[in-house]
Amino acid sequence: MRRHDWLPLALIAVLALAAFAFVPSTPTWLTLTIAGLAMGMMIFMMASGLTLVFGLMDVMNFAHGAFISVGAYAAASVLIQLKGGMQAPSLAENLMAMAPALAAAVAVAGLLGWIFERVVIRPVYGDHLKQILVTMGGLIVVEQLIHVVWGPDMIPLPRPATITGSVLIGDAAIERYRMLAVLVGLAVFAAMWLVLNRTRLGLLIRAGVENTEMVESLGYRVRRLFVGVFVAGSALAGLGGVMWAMYQESVTAGMGMQMMVVIFIVIIIGGMGSVGGCFVGALLVGLMANYIGYLAPKLALGSNILLMVLILLWRPRGLYPASKA
Amino acid sequence: MSRILSGDLPRSRVLAAVLVLIALGLLAAPFLFPGARSLNVAAKVAVFVLLVASYDLLLGYTGIVSFAHTMFFGIGGYGIGIAAARLGPAWGNLALGFLASLALTAAVALVIGLLSLRVRAVFFAMITLAVASFFQILASQLSDFTGGEDGLNFKLPELLQSRLACYYLVLAAAAALFLVLLRIVNSPFGRVLQSIRENEFRCEALGYRTVFYRTAANCLGALFATVAGALYAIWLRYTGPEATLSFAIMIDLLLMVVIGGMGTLYGAVIGATLFVVAQNYLQDLMKLASDAATGIPLLPNLLHPDRWLLWLGVLFVVCVYWFPSGIVGRLRR
Repeated sequence: MRRHDWLPLALIAVLALAAFAFVPSTPTWLTLTIAGLAMGMMIFMMASGLTLVFGLMDVMNFAHGAFISVGAYAAASVLIQLKGGMQAPSLAENLMAMAPALAAAVAVAGLLGWIFERVVIRPVYGDHLKQILVTMGGLIVVEQLIHVVWGPDMIPLPRPATITGSVLIGDAAIERYRMLAVLVGLAVFAAMWLVLNRTRLGLLIRAGVENTEMVESLGYRVRRLFVGVFVAGSALAGLGGVMWAMYQESVTAGMGMQMMVVIFIVIIIGGMGSVGGCFVGALLVGLMANYIGYLAPKLALGSNILLMVLILLWRPRGLYPASKA
Repeated sequence: MSRILSGDLPRSRVLAAVLVLIALGLLAAPFLFPGARSLNVAAKVAVFVLLVASYDLLLGYTGIVSFAHTMFFGIGGYGIGIAAARLGPAWGNLALGFLASLALTAAVALVIGLLSLRVRAVFFAMITLAVASFFQILASQLSDFTGGEDGLNFKLPELLQSRLACYYLVLAAAAALFLVLLRIVNSPFGRVLQSIRENEFRCEALGYRTVFYRTAANCLGALFATVAGALYAIWLRYTGPEATLSFAIMIDLLLMVVIGGMGTLYGAVIGATLFVVAQNYLQDLMKLASDAATGIPLLPNLLHPDRWLLWLGVLFVVCVYWFPSGIVGRLRR
């Protein structure tokens, strides 16, 4: 992350302001903006681990989507047990029910990530072709195993009682769940930023992204660092998966794969390997999807591609190119 | 014989026998295995042999991972479908649709290739995935034109009304194009592609412009996929997002190439045949096994007919690790 390059950040503001000019009423604009930010935050949670893993070890894990689905399924299993807590009318009880579900998602996705790294990815370091193929195969297998364990049907995942519905801010109706998503996303980003920029571990990770061999020659084991980052990234994907599943109010085995396209676009936009770029990219994608969805619904699904093309025309290596990519 | 196969002989008795068996089976399929279902399987095998072979040109020979191959397959299908459904079932219209789809394919493949083949394999894979998903959305959104999610049913010209004539047209075209592909990979051009796969840097140092060759391979592979899509649409008399564009088909393609054997076109024949037959008949077998395993926890689920992809996925991963040249590579040893 280069500290002094504020242009991409300004781009978010420019996009929001441009939309402000086109969207006829201010409350609608506010609703759309919050919705876009919420979507962006959830995408960021899912994408950040993947981009960091790529930056650190040059591994692009096409099976990252599997962690998203598995996290969501794990949380769904817990929430089915805690139905009472979810339906209770008090916020505290809702959060008490959600906490173990989120913890389960993080734990299961992290564990799967650890196994995945050992079994699937370790043998194919440095060979991109095999990496893509093997992780694709891993995705197929994990998706099918989800069917085996949780059954082939979609599982409905209702939001907790006090976090459904909207609040009015002025004239703008803002869904409560979206505000929660923004808060969780900000917390994740802040935590990640602190770890990366204010701890020794983060220093090593950033140095590893910059120049792996140099860090290794100074006596640090980048491999071990990488396993940690991989597990953390998988866990984050699981967390993002739960948030996304609750947003959709259902869990399917294919949801991870569906998200992968957006995640890849975000990573490409951000500059492959950069966490800051991934954050900006995710917010841009989220905002763009919501604004265009409102202004020109026909174009909505193509808005991501459009955004990617525009950004790559401006900066061919992404917003914040990580040095190795 | 050696001339027809461009000097690229099977180099293994078992492989040769299996290939002859498949070829004869396909040739005599309407008489050997009567019934609509088995003829469908045979036609699908023929089309997918061509499709997988064209994908192998990219993945196995050049070392490019593209996730946009089904997009080109779909473009071919929609070219025929839109022409036949919107303009009417005449030969001229079919030809028009077919040529238009070839032109579109060439343009799209060229642009994608020039923009993203300069960079690394991972980048190309990601970009193609994004573009392919965009096309899928496009096909379902432009429903006035493409029939949306439902796709298009259409009629064919008089001559192709008969299933038998249609089958032999598809088979003949697929076989001829397969031989053309065999010619391409065994030409000097094909050797350059293989050298790019083995060592791009060295190839560049020898004076070959690798970007040019990779882009050419990308376009060629895409064009063959488009023809395969057109053949498939002609056979099905239908085209739609599920049948031609979906990501599931892309995954099937990957499985076929890798299990059959990357970097040899005979792998495409073996892989496609094995996969399509498994897709249609393995499930029956698994049902038997699953019923036999009732009462044991989890095992019936693992053997459930819908989980056939699980086992092929495991086979795929095993192949990538231990048998990178797939079944054909194994047989040739």
